Amino acid sequence: MISSRGLLMAASKRLLKAPQIWLQRHAQVALSSLGRMAGNQLATLMTCAVIGIALAMPLGLHVMLGNLQRISGAWDSGASISVFLKQTVSDEKAASLAKELRLHQRIEGVELITRESALEEFQQLSGYADALEALDSNPLPALLIVQPKADYTTAETAQLLVRELKLLPDADIVQLDLQWVRRLQAITVIAQRAVVVLAALLGMAVLLIVGNTIRLEIQNRRAEIEITKLIGATNAFIRRPFLYTGFWYGLFGGIIAWLLVAIAITLLSGPIANLANLYESSFSLSSLNLSTVASLLLGSSLLGLAGSWLAVGRHLSAIEPG
Amino acid sequence: MIHFDNVSKRYPGGHTGLSNVSLRIEAEEMVFLTGHSGAGKSTLLKLIGLLERPSTGQLHVNDRNLSRLKRRQIPYHRRDVGMIFQDHRLLHDRTVFDNVALPLVVAGVGHKEIGRRVRAALDKVGLLHKERSAPITLSGGEQQRVGIARAVVSKPPLVLADEPTGNLDPALSEEIMELFKQFNQVGVTLLIASHDIDLLNRMQKRILTLSKGQLVDDIKPGPADGGE
Repeated sequence: MISSRGLLMAASKRLLKAPQIWLQRHAQVALSSLGRMAGNQLATLMTCAVIGIALAMPLGLHVMLGNLQRISGAWDSGASISVFLKQTVSDEKAASLAKELRLHQRIEGVELITRESALEEFQQLSGYADALEALDSNPLPALLIVQPKADYTTAETAQLLVRELKLLPDADIVQLDLQWVRRLQAITVIAQRAVVVLAALLGMAVLLIVGNTIRLEIQNRRAEIEITKLIGATNAFIRRPFLYTGFWYGLFGGIIAWLLVAIAITLLSGPIANLANLYESSFSLSSLNLSTVASLLLGSSLLGLAGSWLAVGRHLSAIEPG
Repeated sequence: MIHFDNVSKRYPGGHTGLSNVSLRIEAEEMVFLTGHSGAGKSTLLKLIGLLERPSTGQLHVNDRNLSRLKRRQIPYHRRDVGMIFQDHRLLHDRTVFDNVALPLVVAGVGHKEIGRRVRAALDKVGLLHKERSAPITLSGGEQQRVGIARAVVSKPPLVLADEPTGNLDPALSEEIMELFKQFNQVGVTLLIASHDIDLLNRMQKRILTLSKGQLVDDIKPGPADGGE
């Protein structure tokens, strides 16, 4: 077919001078779509802000969880095992048991809290002193706080020691103090999943926001699209400015999300440092690191691009000059 | 250049745009298309520019079989057909320069080349001094000339015009026709739809007459039917 040869020649001619003109044209379209957005400041700002807020929520939660993990991770190594002895075990027996355990190869040290001292402490701290007076015997058991050797402080190895201590005939309840930390960690994992789900949902919202904005833009520029098609513009040519617009929306939305979370962290860091002080901890809120920001901006730009792609795919082909 | 072979166009509502039209227009011809409104002039032009597809029959333009042209090849076909409209169809948020440059931008022509060719086209239609103006500030005749500059800037072998003088007074119409004549002299094939019989008669060119979607007359210029 002669026509296809003609088209082929035109195409190869285009290819020869393509790279430079291609770049030039893309830069031009990128800037002009930016200019168009700047021309409609308020609407642009509002769209970007909606995207920013939608993205700030999962981002903020992600940062908070990261911090929570840092705290619980720090607690992980301080594991100790509480061995509550049976009611019937006397303080003297408890002391000799403590002495015995100190010789154990996996145990660093044992602290004995006798029934007597436990009662004293309880009276002091609980405010139930009068109630305890009324009892004729001490209801509290003796407690051994076992500190495992450094090699046995991880969750698994400590668990081995717990099992061994449970076999002691005098032991009533053996509790790894790590347990609540691990529960917290388990909760954190659930929360992380929730953040992923939330991020997916809000990401979809961003997709729809951008898609809808681009749809309106396409409608507003219907006449222009028709004329450009009449003149021989390919679909790629017509699509391009809208894709760039979507990209910019995503990018600016991401920047707004970043700013919002950064501001929130700054606002929270003071009170949290205060709280940490009260716990005699030097913990301070970590802010956004570079890789998080980079993936946020990349992700939001891609979302914007994808959103506009959806709109463009659906609505552009419907516009044909007549 | 253009070859209709038993081409019909029926619209979904049952309305017939063209029925069994066969005609041939050679390269470098200048042909007028006339008939009452609704006779099928616009339909015929739309088929050539592939704004619509024929229902039946074969249509070749520029050695291309339009019925076989794939959807994504349509833009490349349109680049070889300059189109001029009665309502100009200019982009009102861009300057005259940018409007005329559009076909070149679309075709991926380089920056420098665009400037050169747009100015040449604007010079040709006598609007070089208006390149920075907004189309809306121009008169009807001037806007039409911008439309013409846009249609010829990429030097297409074929130019279609749908009632290009429909809104213009006789003097301006004459001017526009003079421009078309000049393009024709440098080898552009022109097909111009118009119902201005007096004007057509003065031009002494081939005239196709459509009525109710059928080609009823094909008058070639000759000594007998020329003149006023």
